[in-house]
Amino acid sequence: MKPDMRGETVLEVRDLHTHFFLRRGVVKAVDGVSFSLRRGEVLGLVGESGCGKSLTALSLMRLLPKGGAQTIKGEVLLNGENILKRTPAEMREIRGRRISMVLQDPQTSLNPVFSIGDQLREAIERRKRAPNVEVMKEAVAALRRVDIAAPEQRIGQYPHQLSGGMKQRVVGAIAISGEPGVLIADEPTTALDVTIQLQYLKLLKRLQAETGMAILFITHDFGVVGRMCDRVAVMYAGRIVECGPVRQIFEAPQHPYTRALIASVPKMTGPVGRLTTIEGQPPSLMDLPVGCRFASRCPLVEQRCLDAYPAEVRVGDAHTADCWKVTPA
Amino acid sequence: MKRYIARRLMQGVILLFMVATIVFFLGRLTGNPVDLMLPEDATAEDRAALTQTLGLDGPILDQYAIFVGKAMHGDLGMSIRMKQPAAEAFFDRLPNTLVLIPWAILLGMILGIPLGVVAAVNRGGMLDRAAGTVAVLGVAMPSFWLGVLLIFVFSVELGWLPSGRMGGPSHYILPVITLGTFLVAGFMRITRSAMLEVMESEFVKLARIKGLSEATVIWKHCLRNALIPVLTLWGVFVGNLITGAIVTETVFAWPGIGRLTYEAVIYRDFPLLQAVIILKSILILSINLGVDILYAYVDPRIRLA
Amino acid sequence: MAIAERPPPTEAVTPRLSLWRLVWPARVPGRFRRTARVPWIPIAIIVVIVIMAVFAPLLAPYSPIDQTLRDKLLPPAWMAGGSDKYFLGTDAFGRDILSRLIYGARVSLLVALLALTAGGGVGLAVGIVAGYVGGAVDSILMRLVDAAFTFPAILFALLLAVTMGQGFGTLVIAISLLLWASFARVIRGEVLSLRQRDFVALARVRGCSALRIMVTHILPNVLNTFMVLVTLNIGVVIIAEATLSFLGAGIPPPTPTWGLMISEGRGRIAEAWWVALIPGIAITLMVLSVNLFGDWMRDRLDPRLRQL
Repeated sequence: MKPDMRGETVLEVRDLHTHFFLRRGVVKAVDGVSFSLRRGEVLGLVGESGCGKSLTALSLMRLLPKGGAQTIKGEVLLNGENILKRTPAEMREIRGRRISMVLQDPQTSLNPVFSIGDQLREAIERRKRAPNVEVMKEAVAALRRVDIAAPEQRIGQYPHQLSGGMKQRVVGAIAISGEPGVLIADEPTTALDVTIQLQYLKLLKRLQAETGMAILFITHDFGVVGRMCDRVAVMYAGRIVECGPVRQIFEAPQHPYTRALIASVPKMTGPVGRLTTIEGQPPSLMDLPVGCRFASRCPLVEQRCLDAYPAEVRVGDAHTADCWKVTPA
Repeated sequence: MKRYIARRLMQGVILLFMVATIVFFLGRLTGNPVDLMLPEDATAEDRAALTQTLGLDGPILDQYAIFVGKAMHGDLGMSIRMKQPAAEAFFDRLPNTLVLIPWAILLGMILGIPLGVVAAVNRGGMLDRAAGTVAVLGVAMPSFWLGVLLIFVFSVELGWLPSGRMGGPSHYILPVITLGTFLVAGFMRITRSAMLEVMESEFVKLARIKGLSEATVIWKHCLRNALIPVLTLWGVFVGNLITGAIVTETVFAWPGIGRLTYEAVIYRDFPLLQAVIILKSILILSINLGVDILYAYVDPRIRLA
Repeated sequence: MAIAERPPPTEAVTPRLSLWRLVWPARVPGRFRRTARVPWIPIAIIVVIVIMAVFAPLLAPYSPIDQTLRDKLLPPAWMAGGSDKYFLGTDAFGRDILSRLIYGARVSLLVALLALTAGGGVGLAVGIVAGYVGGAVDSILMRLVDAAFTFPAILFALLLAVTMGQGFGTLVIAISLLLWASFARVIRGEVLSLRQRDFVALARVRGCSALRIMVTHILPNVLNTFMVLVTLNIGVVIIAEATLSFLGAGIPPPTPTWGLMISEGRGRIAEAWWVALIPGIAITLMVLSVNLFGDWMRDRLDPRLRQL
């Protein structure tokens, strides 16, 4: 990693609120999320299913599903400018070129009726208009870059002729074709075989080293976090409850939820005991409590946790946690 | 792929046999097949001759064998009214109908598919309802009435277009509209539901992530996938068109196989009708087979399997 | 999917209860929801036509077949040359169009009813048997259904008319042929999924014969779907009857049917457009109403059938 590339903040999210306005109520899926991402770093966004991680990603891309979802508050600063204020046309320009995304399921991410080459071409042509032959050469190079063997053949093939791992690499190639500064990876390895997962993570790391892009890595798997991420943000019920460098969080998690999450990852070493789980359920996003949202399941709960949402407390170097019970640094 | 074609061909042949058998039996069922197949002024000798050639006084299976044998040689009987081999009459007029059908399909597609896309993209909105109304109307109007209405408005009242018969381009307009109208509804409906399904796909999200324009996403990525189920309907539509042609050609005095069918019915020309049905079956089956092959070719998942 | 720059939604404005809404029941929130969802105008049209059909002798001002050549080809009452005597004008034989229209409704509906019962009934039976019994029986029956689908039944209807002669019975049989296959296919699908259910297994354990199970257990559960299919196909039947009548394969004259009226009026379209065009309006309105009503019923009873 070239030292002079790191450091500059490319993405800053401030107090993002994305709600679903349904007939029966309002689902506050993303309810005050803030984080920042620097060039060359990998920020993990971890949480249970339904905590709002994917929706955060979609909010950043401004690709919310139809039917009531709205980003109603907050700022998303991409290289300093708030992209929430951009017109749809401008947003289209930004997508693919400055910020891009890799989706979870490789089986459905690629259009089945177009060849791999065609789909790559669309992404490449956004960056440069060139005669077909040149674009195709670039496409072959892109495939080679993501470690796909015999790329000249693959160019003409169709998605159903590739394995899941290969498809996901193609999706990766498409995502970085536009040379974005920020890549959002939404659970990219969840649908892959375990044996392929590691390869893919290494690929992502390598690509990042080459391009210097920032990666927002969304996952529910703490094991992957350990491998991939420099920093991690833990999300619960629409908010980030803890955020800090990966090592610190693993070695000394502060927020009770983080602690419970890490404790529940089965250890492959040491004596085998009972698997620990977290009792209870997350609160309904339509009906959130006034106080701390983890209170109903927290072993350290006390009255003030129920009365008011905890303030953000600095518990270490660039490490914060939202809890009444943590000791400030 | 080759196996697929072979299998479909076999199915087609079996279907054809079923149809021919049913037609055959219907003809023999009614007690007096000879009368059915000869003009009223036929002499006793004619009757005897026919009974001889078709084996009408023998067992039914022998009759069937004769029937099939003759059919294989292209002899499908003699039209009572036209005094011409029925098959010949059919093939004389076939081109006239074949010339109408592609235009009708084209009309259906040009109007129907975009309507379907617009309806899907605007789901639930005014445009969706408007498109839906057009579709329902297209199906509710009997096509022969539409034809008469069009003749009245454009031919009688406005005098812009001829009211019938085959001829130059202006003669084609009204018949094609009449024939193709109900197709618009059909194409619109399937395109709409296919699009709605496709628009939910993940790869559509990816297309948007790439930053492609909305128009490209809808018309290139979505439609291309949505068209696959649309193509399968072609086969059904062609069947409908060939029967629809009966009515349209009658209304516009168009000399095609549709009108031939009508004449066979009106003049109670059983041999002609029998031949028309069998030949039309062959036509429809061939077209269906062609459509299936086209479909298999268009969907790369089947082509390369 | 791209988000627009719109502010959070405010309270929905109560929409105007326009005529449009009466035809196309919409997602109407608020107090109009219950009533606006029902397609009133189509229902009204259907009711009117049914009343016309049932009470034809009482409602028709004249006999539909009496000819008054003196009064032939009179325009409808609101046009120049028309008279109040014949509200919708007369045809080439001096017969009152309105009366013929009313009696025509009777014929159309009767044929529709019988054809739906026969064709629907056969389709229902075939569907249940094929779905429940399965195996070779299912294969054969489904081949027949496929054949019926591939091949347009109108042609058979015409063939029947020629070999068996025109008439009421022939017409009903012919139209039934059009219907049975689509009923069979859908019902079979339903039965296939019903077959897996526990109450069927229980019945078998109790020793019920296949026939008994099909009649007492399966049949009542597919009736819902059957009713929806019936309503969806009424339009098809009406148009089929009109088409066959138009082509001279329906009920022979002088019995008035709407299709026949259009056929008869066609030749005189230049001087007397009302003879041919008015019955068509009636057909279109009827089919439109029935289809809209059918769609509504399907949405209420069994939305799974939406892809039909």
